[in-house]
Amino acid sequence: MIRVVLPVHLRTLAKVSGEIRLDIAQPVTQRSVLDALESRYPMLEGTIRDHRTKKRRAFVRFFACQEDLSNASPDDPLPEAIVNGTEPYLIVGAMAGG
Amino acid sequence: MSSVRVLVGTKKGGFVLTSDGKRQHWEVSGPHFAGWEIYHMKGSPVDPNRIYASQTSGWFGQVVQRSQDGGKTWETMGNKFLYEGEIGNHLFYDGTPRPWEFKRVWHFEPSLTDRDTVYAGIEDAALFKTTDGGQNWQEVPSLRSTKGELWQPGAGGMCLHTIMLDAKNPGRMYTAISAAGAFRTDDDGKTWKPITKGLKSPYELPDPNAEVGHCVHRIAMHPSRPDVLFMQKHWDVMRSDDAGESWHEVSGNLPTDFGFPIDVHAHEPETIYVVPIKSDSEHYPPEGKLRVYRSRTGGNEWEALTKGLPQSDCYVNILRDAMAVDQLDACGVYFGTTGGQVYGSSDSGDTWSPIVRDLPGVLSVEVQTLA
Repeated sequence: MIRVVLPVHLRTLAKVSGEIRLDIAQPVTQRSVLDALESRYPMLEGTIRDHRTKKRRAFVRFFACQEDLSNASPDDPLPEAIVNGTEPYLIVGAMAGG
Repeated sequence: MSSVRVLVGTKKGGFVLTSDGKRQHWEVSGPHFAGWEIYHMKGSPVDPNRIYASQTSGWFGQVVQRSQDGGKTWETMGNKFLYEGEIGNHLFYDGTPRPWEFKRVWHFEPSLTDRDTVYAGIEDAALFKTTDGGQNWQEVPSLRSTKGELWQPGAGGMCLHTIMLDAKNPGRMYTAISAAGAFRTDDDGKTWKPITKGLKSPYELPDPNAEVGHCVHRIAMHPSRPDVLFMQKHWDVMRSDDAGESWHEVSGNLPTDFGFPIDVHAHEPETIYVVPIKSDSEHYPPEGKLRVYRSRTGGNEWEALTKGLPQSDCYVNILRDAMAVDQLDACGVYFGTTGGQVYGSSDSGDTWSPIVRDLPGVLSVEVQTLA
């Protein structure tokens, strides 16, 4: 069971209030998590990754186990603590602006 | 009894203002989509309870919302705006080629005859269309084929901000783009032509015959006379009497002819409204006096409308999509400011009062007149 935490504006958009739990087949990667997330919540398509290129939007960040995985390969396996649900996978709106 | 519903898009959410036909007392609902920029909300003329909203964010991109109950509840629609075919290049500010890249929807224009058909004007400038109520969007690609390789962004981005449908000529449509110019199709979008003859932009475009590159801020028309167009250009207020084939200046006695919105009285096709702004580098009213200017002669002769508007220390701007008129008698006129005020007049502009004073900066104002 993968636990995913969305930023507040995307929780509102997806009409969810807390963590999202996803069952994902091994190997669990950032791509497979985001694919499963968008499959269950299609209103999130395009808000985290570009529709066409699937690249991360510039002001969105991905954190896991106190590491910033934003620029890691989307096909790298995620840490075991994410895969077994001990730690959540965090999708974060980057701090930006003035 | 008739009523009106004013749809206000702001930098931090959408608001719906409602009143009866007297337009003296208002109810305010919102913010809808709090924290997001709402570039535009517009209702279907066929089904006024069907409203489309452009919800955008620098973080999370574009969302399209649709209401089926007049703005009380909303559902998320499709947000996939993919350019057709090879994306191609336009010109960037520095004159180098730059691939088109979707950024946001600036304007929705619902069909005059079908509640499920809507046009969307986007940045980077292109025209999209849905025929299934907003679930799927397809580009109308022929517009970008009209010298798109020469289009350049204006200071606010390369946005397609104006879409006008001609009720008397169903295949005819107008679009305007900052800073590419104005375009017309007579065959339902299959082909387009620039309509810029007579526009003069000597400080931006040294070529007096340039067909694209004019910074058109807004175009308006009265539905009963669709061949008569009024344009607020970057500088200059212009008029065309032949569906854009040629333009002539009607700035007349305006204190400055820079500005953004322009609109036409609902029942008097020769009565038009603008809000003069000091200059392209000082986006606020001259002398700190917020004045709407009205011409009852289709331009050239203008009168300042000031009653109820601040006449000192006012330094707000009024953006291009932030003025609208209702269909009641007497015609109501509404506009929103970057300072968060929405002003309304229920007597064709003779007197004004603030409907709300402290919203986030207003990006757009539309009005629905309800039976």
